[in-house]
Amino acid sequence: MLQEITTTRHNPHIDPFVHVWGWEIPIYLFLGGMVAGMMIISGYFLFSKRYKDTTCSCFTIPLIGVAFLSIGMFALFLDLEHKFYFWRLYTTFRISSPMSWGAWILVLVYPVIIVNFLINPPEIIVRRFPKLNLITSYINEHPKLIQNIGITNMLIGSALGIYTGILLSTMGARPLWNSSMLAVLFLVSGLSTAAAFVHMISKSQYEKELLAKADNGFLVIELFVIMLFLIGLSTSSAVHMNAARLLITGEYAPQFWTFVIGTGIILPLIIQLLAVNKKIKHNPIAPILVIIGGLILRFIIVYAGQYSHYINAHFK
Amino acid sequence: MNSISRRKFLKITGFTVGAATASTALGPIVKGAKKLEEKSIKGIKKIPTYCDICFWKCGAIAYVKDGILWKIEGNPDDPLSRGRLCPRGTGGIGAHFDPDRLRAPLIRTRKRGEEVWREVTWDEALDFIANKMKKIKEIYGPESVASFSHGIGGNFIKHMLKAYGAVNFAAPSFAQCRGPRDVGFELTFGENVGSPERTDIENTKCLVLIGSHLGENMHNSQVQEFAHAIENDATIIVVDPRFSIAASKAKYYLPIKPGTDIALLLAWMNVIVSEKLYDENYVRKYGFGFEQFSVEISQYTPEWAYPETGIKPDLIRITAREMAKNKPATIIHPGRHATWYGDDTQRSRAIALLNALLGSWGRKGGFFFPVSYSLPPYPYPPYPTPTKEKLDNPNNKYPFASEEITNGIREATITGKPYPIKGWFVYATNLIHALPNEEETIKAIQNLDLLVVIDVIPSEIAGWADVVLPETVYLERYDELHTSAFKEPFVGIRQPVVDPPADQKPNWWIAKKLAEKLGLGQYFPWNHIEEYLDYRLKAAGLSLEELKQKGIIKGQKQPIYIEEGIEPEFATPSGKIEFYSTQLLQAGFDPVPRYKRPQEPPAGYYRLLFGRAPVHSFSRTQSNPILMDMMDENEVWINYDIAQKWGIKTGQYIRLKNQDGIVSNKIKVKATERIRPDCVYLVHGFGHNSKMLKRAYQKGASDSQLITKYEIDPIMGGTGMNVNFVTFELEV
Amino acid sequence: MARYGMVIDTKKCVGCMDCVVACKTENNVPEGYNRDWIVQVANGKFPYINLEIQSQRCNHCDNTPCVSCCPTGASHVHEIGKVVLVDHEVCIGCKACIAACPYDARFIHPDGYADKCTFCIHRVEKGELPACVSVCPTHCMYFGDLDDPNSEVSKLLASRKYHVLLPEAGTSPRIFYLI
Ligand SMILES: Nc1nc2c(c(=O)[nH]1)N[C@H]1C(S)=C(S)[C@@H](COP(=O)(O)OP(=O)(O)OC[C@H]3O[C@@H](n4cnc5c(=O)[nH]c(N)nc54)[C@H](O)[C@@H]3O)O[C@H]1N2
Ligand SMILES: Nc1nc2c(c(=O)[nH]1)N[C@H]1C(S)=C(S)[C@@H](COP(=O)(O)OP(=O)(O)OC[C@H]3O[C@@H](n4cnc5c(=O)[nH]c(N)nc54)[C@H](O)[C@@H]3O)O[C@H]1N2
Ligand code: SF4
Ligand code: SF4
Ligand code: SF4
Ligand code: SF4
Ligand code: SF4
Ligand SMILES: [Mo]
Repeated sequence: MLQEITTTRHNPHIDPFVHVWGWEIPIYLFLGGMVAGMMIISGYFLFSKRYKDTTCSCFTIPLIGVAFLSIGMFALFLDLEHKFYFWRLYTTFRISSPMSWGAWILVLVYPVIIVNFLINPPEIIVRRFPKLNLITSYINEHPKLIQNIGITNMLIGSALGIYTGILLSTMGARPLWNSSMLAVLFLVSGLSTAAAFVHMISKSQYEKELLAKADNGFLVIELFVIMLFLIGLSTSSAVHMNAARLLITGEYAPQFWTFVIGTGIILPLIIQLLAVNKKIKHNPIAPILVIIGGLILRFIIVYAGQYSHYINAHFK
Repeated sequence: MNSISRRKFLKITGFTVGAATASTALGPIVKGAKKLEEKSIKGIKKIPTYCDICFWKCGAIAYVKDGILWKIEGNPDDPLSRGRLCPRGTGGIGAHFDPDRLRAPLIRTRKRGEEVWREVTWDEALDFIANKMKKIKEIYGPESVASFSHGIGGNFIKHMLKAYGAVNFAAPSFAQCRGPRDVGFELTFGENVGSPERTDIENTKCLVLIGSHLGENMHNSQVQEFAHAIENDATIIVVDPRFSIAASKAKYYLPIKPGTDIALLLAWMNVIVSEKLYDENYVRKYGFGFEQFSVEISQYTPEWAYPETGIKPDLIRITAREMAKNKPATIIHPGRHATWYGDDTQRSRAIALLNALLGSWGRKGGFFFPVSYSLPPYPYPPYPTPTKEKLDNPNNKYPFASEEITNGIREATITGKPYPIKGWFVYATNLIHALPNEEETIKAIQNLDLLVVIDVIPSEIAGWADVVLPETVYLERYDELHTSAFKEPFVGIRQPVVDPPADQKPNWWIAKKLAEKLGLGQYFPWNHIEEYLDYRLKAAGLSLEELKQKGIIKGQKQPIYIEEGIEPEFATPSGKIEFYSTQLLQAGFDPVPRYKRPQEPPAGYYRLLFGRAPVHSFSRTQSNPILMDMMDENEVWINYDIAQKWGIKTGQYIRLKNQDGIVSNKIKVKATERIRPDCVYLVHGFGHNSKMLKRAYQKGASDSQLITKYEIDPIMGGTGMNVNFVTFELEV
Repeated sequence: MARYGMVIDTKKCVGCMDCVVACKTENNVPEGYNRDWIVQVANGKFPYINLEIQSQRCNHCDNTPCVSCCPTGASHVHEIGKVVLVDHEVCIGCKACIAACPYDARFIHPDGYADKCTFCIHRVEKGELPACVSVCPTHCMYFGDLDDPNSEVSKLLASRKYHVLLPEAGTSPRIFYLI
């Protein structure tokens, strides 16, 4: 044996390795990413005038999006150790802090989704709040506005998606996260899970077809991005190589290869390719796998990232 | 903010906050009680005292914030602490907060050792003891009550027992600790090195540590001076089978085979004598029997020592020359816990002789002549004349024992010879952990009519007691004045800093009350210890009030080196430093130390070695919540290659089994390059089996439990304990 | 303005943990938590071993990822001595700063805020040394102004060899280990 390191430190959540973030943050990042993707998809439908078709998902996405986002925000809230100081986030804006950016982006996301929602709110709600009709009719009288709402949704959605990755990638202390690819990866994964989800809930065969094709594209890109991410780390310093090894051959490799790459990307890609080429019927299996894969990806990146370390972290 | 988190701290560790301020248990008796209450007002109070987490007695200043004990720091005026405590001292406040503390006197209601008790009042407990003691006196005589105690707190208890007529008093600090060293030095210089040791490490140019693992052994002033020596670029030479912290500071590390130190010492002396590197004037002036000594020593060449010790001849020569080069400012440290192999007095004598060759005794950077503050004793009536002799060393079996032998008393209690021992008073010594071979201790206990244990926590020995008396911890009581001999004379005081959390009482109160119940009230003519302290201080022209304010009062500086004009005297038969000891020869021992090869461990077994961790004291700090937070179990150090051979990994739990089949609690492995392959090492004091020690119960393993075998030093009766071998049990 | 830092002489440090105990009592660090700690690094094969002992804590970095990632401003650089502190009343306990610190110097206090070494600013403001420095029995720790060339710490750094922890993390730590 050449080197023995012992430490007397024993802080909970820090030792033997950092695990300050439990299930809440991956859930938050996953839902945030998926909502981001949904906003982009919905925005695209508005922009491309698909909203004229009453079966367009752009009318269901906002409600579900708000719900998902709120669950995500609630998970984040649960993770805070000083919960009742939550409001402190909104008494300041810290330009250097992705977390602060995220807090404010979320503030923007809600109104943007709600405006999308107001284009065609469901009957029950309109009956309850008849005043809403005024806004709805105003919007619908201005098609350019609808297109702008679409663009805004796509922009804010992208910001949200990218933010979920940047939150981690700016943490220089965790080698696994030290990659600008992480923002792209989370954005693309957000898109692919969103496409899968909308595919599942969509009432339109046309949309299903379109989203399956799009999803195939996202999955291929995702695979490519993951490759770049791992290659990037592996060609960097030793600590980064060690971090990449966690996923490639290390502690997190079995889950990573099975659930993220295998059943999260490759398998649904095959299924959807078959479906798109009319070899089999469209079914919810592929989207469900994609969603699960996206969720597990967040868990693995968050957990393995905390595990990865500059110092030889695993003292004991 | 601070006070809020303070409360949090208390809550988390399960302390009861109210207790510290609420108790007025001492109210009616203690004059100082009112003052204590005053302390519990808002603000920060600083109260000087001296530490009791070990026996170094560092001067300290305790801080009380809003009536709650906050922290303790060193007293800058104290020559021992110099304003800085060791980690145990700094964490000492945990002793006050310890949730496992004994709270009220207990009387046993079932079989001994079953740990079933009845809480009683002090009155009932002391009546019970007094009655038993009277009965023992009637039937067997007062000599049949023996006492074990460790530390200054035992003084009043011993005084009470002497008044009663007891004669048998012993402490583990002799036969289980520094006894052989003291005797080895007495046989050579006519004087021992004392405690605190008279080593002038601060000014040394070459320090040789044989086992003494300073830095883990945290005897404060020594560690401070050790760091000073490192800073001064003194040559450090460390001899240890384990790469200790001290070894990491050494210029020369000698990874000796355990038990062969005498061979190394003889070879060193051989080099120094044969190369004429010794201090000729000094040896001629003060030495006796150097001729015979040098003839004897001429046979022990480094080449001879090499196969015994595993230390290369070159290295032996280089280090010997290095010591000689720096003479007389060279210290071959006498060590302290010297009871290793049963030949320990001779090893200590060899150390003494090596120092003598280099002329370091009495010299700056060597061994200074300590000075102390003299305080007249309190004028007590004379003790009754005993009718029987002490029985720890019958017929002078161990002719050079200079203090009482614990294991001698234990032995006599088992055999009932030369006369029966029927009562034990045990003050502040956990005999189950301190004495080797637990079974013998228990066997002795079973012969008793009365076992009184005075302790602060439910230690293992308390578990065997008939009556357990809960004492206040050092931060809650007065004690005897501190006048250790050191580099300058001083008086230090221990005084109450906070109130005890429950019905605990200080030793002086216990001794006085019991004496009164025994009809010996005249031996405690004072009402409160403050009167006693005041009397003694006044007699020396000092004031109690001033001492309570300052904590330390220093006397006149005095010369402490030969260089400063001291003419050394040697209380040996020849009046000189005895290179050749005729008194040893007459008693049938080697006049010049000889080497005896130690027993080899059987195949698959490893020698069990043990020592100190900086944050713990023996077996007494494992329920201190602050110190336990630093280290809550011990590990067994196993050489990395050996661990690999066994397929054992760091962090894994195993059990140790000794040569007699005794199996330890489970213990974590530290597979390390920092130890020889033929031995294993663990920190002493862990592996508590008293269920009432909730935090410490079965945390780590106990070396004491595995020390069933011991080798008695025929010269002074000490118990060599490094003679046990263990193997590993992987199933836990 | 001052820029406080610490210099620790690993040649003298014996790893006794007095600095850790003192921090506990001085700052009421709850049981089970550490603001400072000891790391021992041993290299080599018995008996040829090199052992370095480091008393570690927050490095009060010049480049502070923990401060820049904090969304509330609770983590900040104090005007006195550029000491990195956490305002307990502002911290929401999001733990971003913990994940951002390459030294794992922070933890969540049971009261819900991020906590760590403060360089004992409450003592330093009164002209005292940090508790850990003032207690160290080997006198191996030094504290002072790195910007003052006449301070003890600056002089030591000018005259002795030293290293810092994880220079590659780019944080410019202000605790220096003399070797
Ligand atoms: N196996 C083994 N045996 C050893 C040693 C070893 O290393 N290994 N070391 C040997 C050495 S060097 C020594 S000096 C001895 C030490 O031996 P001991 O002095 O017996 O040490 P401890 O085992 O700590 O027992 C001290 C007891 O005093 C109690 N105590 C603490 N404070 C107070 C107080 O204020 N008042 C009262 N009344 N009680 C108090 C503690 O709770 C504890 O039960 O052990 C020797 N025996
Ligand atoms: N923190 C702390 N400090 C303490 C104490 C405490 O309880 N806690 N107790 C104090 C007391 S009373 C005492 S007596 C001292 C004891 O402390 P010391 O006298 O310094 O040390 P020992 O206990 O004799 O020896 C332990 C060291 O000797 C080595 N050793 C074992 N066998 C051999 C051998 O055959 N040859 C050689 N050369 N080395 C060997 C061990 O590897 C270990 O490093 O510590 C004192 N200081
Ligand atoms: S050496 Fe440490 S434990 Fe012993 S008296 Fe001094 S401060 Fe207390
Ligand atoms: S108190 Fe000093 S010697 Fe002890 S571990 Fe801390 S820095 Fe090292
Ligand atoms: S050590 Fe960590 S917590 Fe301290 S200033 Fe540097 S990055 Fe921040
Ligand atoms: S835990 Fe507190 S100090 Fe740390 S980043 Fe979050 S708000 Fe800032
Ligand atoms: S400077 Fe103060 S807060 Fe920091 S480690 Fe030292 S004692 Fe603790
Ligand atoms: Mo001892």
